[in-house]
Amino acid sequence: MTPTPVIEIENLRKSYGSTVAVDDVSLRVHAGEIFGLLGPNGAGKTTTVECLAGLRTADSGTVRVLGCDPQRDPAAVREVLGVQLQSSRLPAKITAGEAMRLYASFYSDPADADELLEMLDLSGKRHTRFEALSGGQQQRLSIALALIGNPKVAILDELTTGLDPQARRDTWRLIEQVRSSGVTIVLVTHFMEEAERLCDRLAIIDAGRIVAEGSPTALIAGLEDRRTFRMRLADPIDEAILTDLADVDSVRHIGPELEVTGSRTVLPATLLALAEVDIVPDEIRTLNRSLEDVFVATTGRELTLTDSEVPA
Amino acid sequence: MSATTTPVPSTGATRALIPRGLGQLTRTEARLFSRDHGSVFFALVFPTMLMVGMGYAIPGMRTPVEGMGPAWDGTLVIHLFTPALVAVAIATVGLTTLPAYLAGYREQGIFRRLSTTPMRPAGVLYAHLVISVLTLLIAAPLAVTAGVVFFDVPMPGQWPVVLSTFLLGSAAMLGVGLLIGGLAPKANVASGIGMLVYFPMLFFAGLWTPGPMMPETLQTIATYTPLGAVSQAMSEGWFGTTVPWLQLAVLAGYSVVLFAVGARTFRWS
Repeated sequence: MTPTPVIEIENLRKSYGSTVAVDDVSLRVHAGEIFGLLGPNGAGKTTTVECLAGLRTADSGTVRVLGCDPQRDPAAVREVLGVQLQSSRLPAKITAGEAMRLYASFYSDPADADELLEMLDLSGKRHTRFEALSGGQQQRLSIALALIGNPKVAILDELTTGLDPQARRDTWRLIEQVRSSGVTIVLVTHFMEEAERLCDRLAIIDAGRIVAEGSPTALIAGLEDRRTFRMRLADPIDEAILTDLADVDSVRHIGPELEVTGSRTVLPATLLALAEVDIVPDEIRTLNRSLEDVFVATTGRELTLTDSEVPA
Repeated sequence: MSATTTPVPSTGATRALIPRGLGQLTRTEARLFSRDHGSVFFALVFPTMLMVGMGYAIPGMRTPVEGMGPAWDGTLVIHLFTPALVAVAIATVGLTTLPAYLAGYREQGIFRRLSTTPMRPAGVLYAHLVISVLTLLIAAPLAVTAGVVFFDVPMPGQWPVVLSTFLLGSAAMLGVGLLIGGLAPKANVASGIGMLVYFPMLFFAGLWTPGPMMPETLQTIATYTPLGAVSQAMSEGWFGTTVPWLQLAVLAGYSVVLFAVGARTFRWS
């Protein structure tokens, strides 16, 4: 893998009126990797991507895609960058095959439309109109169109939003397949699980700034001094017994369970304190750390978004 | 696919003038339009239906014009409507079809999607102007042919005037459509505005009081509306002997101004 970054963003800034959408973002994406841009809605992900694709002019900072400046030479970038945009549709009555032929005609060296449709499991839908495709099929067609120009870099923006879990997992498999064909992928998402599962490296973006960057494992490992476990007790207890302990940061009620977070020794310390008042938990399970925890740790907020909260 | 980082050189001006794939885009858009049966029917057949319907359903249409001097001898009332109906054909495409398409494409993010490809979103405008012109070239002759077949409408006396009016009038009305489609936030808003402009324009075109039957003050106002000018110039080219310079100038003026403003104010996203 060449060390030359495929995408290089330095000190990118973009405001809309008095609202700062992107406030000093710098990042590098290397050839052949799946790079995640993770963050809540309104964090500045889409604006960053739009500056990359040359759809918006940055206020300041530099952007390079394969050495080209999308602000000054957008035509050069459009040939090598495939983009799948959130909330952009196709005409209702266009068939999948027609859309592929149409988009292929825009590029100097397009990919084979039939091969792409095959890879995206849309071969049987060639003559089906866009309006008659399922949500997952529409998304797959959208990915196919992002790849039809034989791009070196593909930006996929919120591509599994609105898909059911099965379709989402199928799409993930697909993205890995695309990457193995040599395309560098920038994945914009607010799904922690998606980023954790797919990305080689990722940047967590919040309020227009990058708050953490690295591989999912490294980011999670960075939290290792904090531990969380859940337990079920037969009877309610005075929670002060736990919160008074130096090892305990917080105690939360999750359904019938208590979730306790604290230092590396939070579990033995809690059990000891409970034993002193003659309580033994019925059930204890430790929790794996996830990107969700990284997000909470770096932003001080929780990222709990469901599909229904995502604006269309 | 290799992971090299060679930038693709931009081919500059030639690509900007005729983007690659414009032909394919126009063909695809035409195919999509042909699947939109409602719009196709309205644009192609409505003026003809109006012609035939008015001629047969409204009493007195097939009687000779009276009291307008010897020049009009042998002319039926429905004949006077023919230029107005050509104007209707032009207005129908310009005001009902085009604005809804353009606003709908913006609403669905299709222009934005195209912006990320080497094709420029303006390619869709070229494609739809071509489609609109082709539609008009079918719709208007169809209505006139129906008039000839059913009511023995005479051929125009001054073909050059009729054709240049058709050309300039189409340009002016497509300009109106471009302006509405470029500014309306949604397809249904664009259709609404289109309709709101359509009916007053039909009035000035003389759909209720054709040609010489319109009161003089109204005629003076109508001269300065795009469709009024089309109808008047068309009438003069059909039945008259002079060249309607004023109306043609009005249409040329509208075309230039509307396209300039429409192109400048067009919102892509």
